[in-house]
Amino acid sequence: MNIIVLVKQVPDTSEVKINRETNTLIRDGVPSIINPYDRYAIEEALRLREQHGGKVTAVTMGPPQAADALKEAVSLGVDDVVLLSDRAFAGADTWATSYVLAKGIKKIGDFDLVIAGKQAIDGDTAQVGPETADMLGIPFVAYIRKIEHVDGKKMVAERLMDEGYDVVETSLPALITVVKEINQPRLPSLKGKMKAKGLKVASLTAKDIGAEENQCGLKGSPTKVVRIFPPAPRGQREMLKGPIEEQVGAVARKLKEQSLI
Amino acid sequence: MSVRVISDTCTGCETCVPACPFGAIEMRDGKAFITENCTLCGACVEVCEFKAIERTEEAAAPVADLSAYKGVWVFAEQHKGGISSVTLELLGEGRKLADKKKTKLSAVFIGHGINGKAKELIAHGADIVYVADDPALRDFNDDAYAAVLTTLAKLHKPEIILAGATAIGRSFIPKVAANLCTGLTADCTVLDIDPETGHLHQTRPAFGGNIMATIVTPNHRPQMATVRHKVMKKADRDDARKGDIIDVKFTASGDVRTKVLKTVEEVSETVNISEADIIVAGGRGMASQKNFQMLEELAKVLGGAVGATRGAVDEGWVPYSHQVGQTGKTVCPKLYIAAGISGAIQHLAGMQSSDVIIAINKDPDAPIFSVATYGIVGDVNEVLPIMIKKFKEMRG
Repeated sequence: MNIIVLVKQVPDTSEVKINRETNTLIRDGVPSIINPYDRYAIEEALRLREQHGGKVTAVTMGPPQAADALKEAVSLGVDDVVLLSDRAFAGADTWATSYVLAKGIKKIGDFDLVIAGKQAIDGDTAQVGPETADMLGIPFVAYIRKIEHVDGKKMVAERLMDEGYDVVETSLPALITVVKEINQPRLPSLKGKMKAKGLKVASLTAKDIGAEENQCGLKGSPTKVVRIFPPAPRGQREMLKGPIEEQVGAVARKLKEQSLI
Repeated sequence: MSVRVISDTCTGCETCVPACPFGAIEMRDGKAFITENCTLCGACVEVCEFKAIERTEEAAAPVADLSAYKGVWVFAEQHKGGISSVTLELLGEGRKLADKKKTKLSAVFIGHGINGKAKELIAHGADIVYVADDPALRDFNDDAYAAVLTTLAKLHKPEIILAGATAIGRSFIPKVAANLCTGLTADCTVLDIDPETGHLHQTRPAFGGNIMATIVTPNHRPQMATVRHKVMKKADRDDARKGDIIDVKFTASGDVRTKVLKTVEEVSETVNISEADIIVAGGRGMASQKNFQMLEELAKVLGGAVGATRGAVDEGWVPYSHQVGQTGKTVCPKLYIAAGISGAIQHLAGMQSSDVIIAINKDPDAPIFSVATYGIVGDVNEVLPIMIKKFKEMRG
C-alpha cells in the first residue's frame, strides 16, 4: 500500500505571543514546526505501512526551508520526500496550493491513499485536503478518527461529526484528513535522525510537475487578501475587587442586567 | 504582483518588521528587506508611515463574464430533517447581502424527507428554495451533496454562495469550489459588499484570531464563503412571506464513491458546544475530575454546556468533544465562564469572540484576564461553590 502524506511547515503558534498594546504578533525566534495535525497523518501512514507494507512519501509545497519539515518526517520513518518549491508558488491561496499539490501527487503517481491533517494551525481553513482530492478526481473523507478496515480497493473509517461520528466506506484511492484522536504520534528514532541528517532534499519546480505558472501562487489564486488588521479590541474589561462573595454578587447583578440569567 | 521596498524612501524605522504576519521582513543595511516568506498580503504597506513599501498589481483578466452571475445562495444545512440554526443565520446574512445587491436570495436544501420544511426557509427570507429530497441524500455524503450543489450552481450561476463552517460545510464546500474553479474563504465572521466594485468582502480571523484578514474573489464567480456559527444574526420568521419551491432530481448516484454505513450520536456528549448559548469551561487549574464536576453543576444551574481546555481533556476529565480552542471547537456563546483557565493562545482562539466572558483564576496576571469582561481573582474551589449557590438562588 503506497501512501502519500501532505505536510505543511507552520510557525509554532504556541510560541507566538501577542503584543496587547499594538495587537501585533511577536514572532521573534518563533520556530517553524510540522503542522501538529500532519503529525497524526504521518503516524497513521507509518502504521498502515507496518500492517500492509508499501511505501510512505511525504509531500510539501513551500519555500526552500520547508525541507526541514520533510527531514523531520524522514526522522519519523517516512521513506521518501518531495519538496514542491518555486518562486511562482508564493502567495498561493487554498485553490492554487491544491493545484500544485495535485500536480505533484500525479507526478509521483502510483498511490492508494493520501493522508493530511484536518487543517493547518496557521490558516485554519481545512480546505486544501478536499480541494486537492477534487483536482485528483478521487473521493474525500474528512475528520477520520479511526481506520477500521482497509484493503486494496476500499476503506472503512470513523468520521468525527458535530453530533457524534459516522462510519464511512470509501473506494480507494482516496484522500482523507485525520483528527488528533486517531493516534499518538511516535518520536523520531536515532536511525531516522541519522538518515534525515545526511538527506539532501531535492525540489521540484512548476516546470518539473507540469504546472501552468499562471495557475500557481498569487497569480493563480482566485482569492486575494485586500487587508490585514488587528481584531477590534474587546469591549470594557473589569477586574472585580473585594471579598469573593461580593465579587460573585457583582457578577450576578451584571448578568441579570444583561438577561443572561 | 509583488511587494517591494523603495530603498530611497525607507528610513529604517523597523515598524514593518513586527507588522508582518509571516515574519518575512528583515533589516539589511539599515533598510527593510522582504524575504522569500512573503505571501504578498500587503500588511506592511498599510503600516509604513513613509509610503516606502509598495504593492504592484497587474490587473488580472476576469476568467468569466461576471455579469452573467446573479443572486445570493445559501446551503441550508439540516440535521435529521430539522433545519440547523446556522442555516437561519445564513438566511439572515444572505438576505442583507441580497438586498444590498438588489437580487434574490435562494436556499439549496439537501436531504431526505425534508420537502415539508422548505416553506420555513421562505418564512426566514429565501425567495427561492431548491429542494433535493432523495433517500440517497439522507446521510451527509461529500460526493452526493457536492454533485447537487455544483450542478445547480453551473446551471443558475449564482454570484455568491454561503454555507455554515460546520463539520458538513467545511467538508464538502471546498469540493464544490474546486469544481467550479473559484475562490473559497473559510470561517468568515464579517461579510459585506464593496460599494465601489460590488465584490463580496469576506473577513476572517487567522493565526488563532490574532489577526483579521479581508479577502475578495475579484475575477471568479461564484464568490464562496463558509461562515462561522453564532456570529451572524438569525433571520426573523414571517410565515406570510412568499417564495418558490423548486424540486431538484438527484441524478448523480452513479458518481458517489463513498457511503455512510452508520451514524452514531454520542449520547454522553449530546450538547453540541458550538450551539450552546452559555458555556462553563475549565482548565488544568481545576486540578481534579472531582472539582471538574462543579462545572457540570454550574452549567446545569445556568442551562449551559460544559467546555474544557486541551489540558483538561488530556487529563481525561472530560471527552474531546467538549474541547474549546484551536484543536477543538470554536465557540461564540452569549456567556463564557472560564474557570481555572490560564488563557493559552490556542484556547483564546476558540472562545474570545464570546459576548460576555467571566474569568476566574488565582493568578491576576493570567492571560485569560486580557479577554475577560469580568475578572475574578480567586481560587476556583472557593469561587465556584459561592457562584453555584448565588445563581441557584436567583433562578429560584
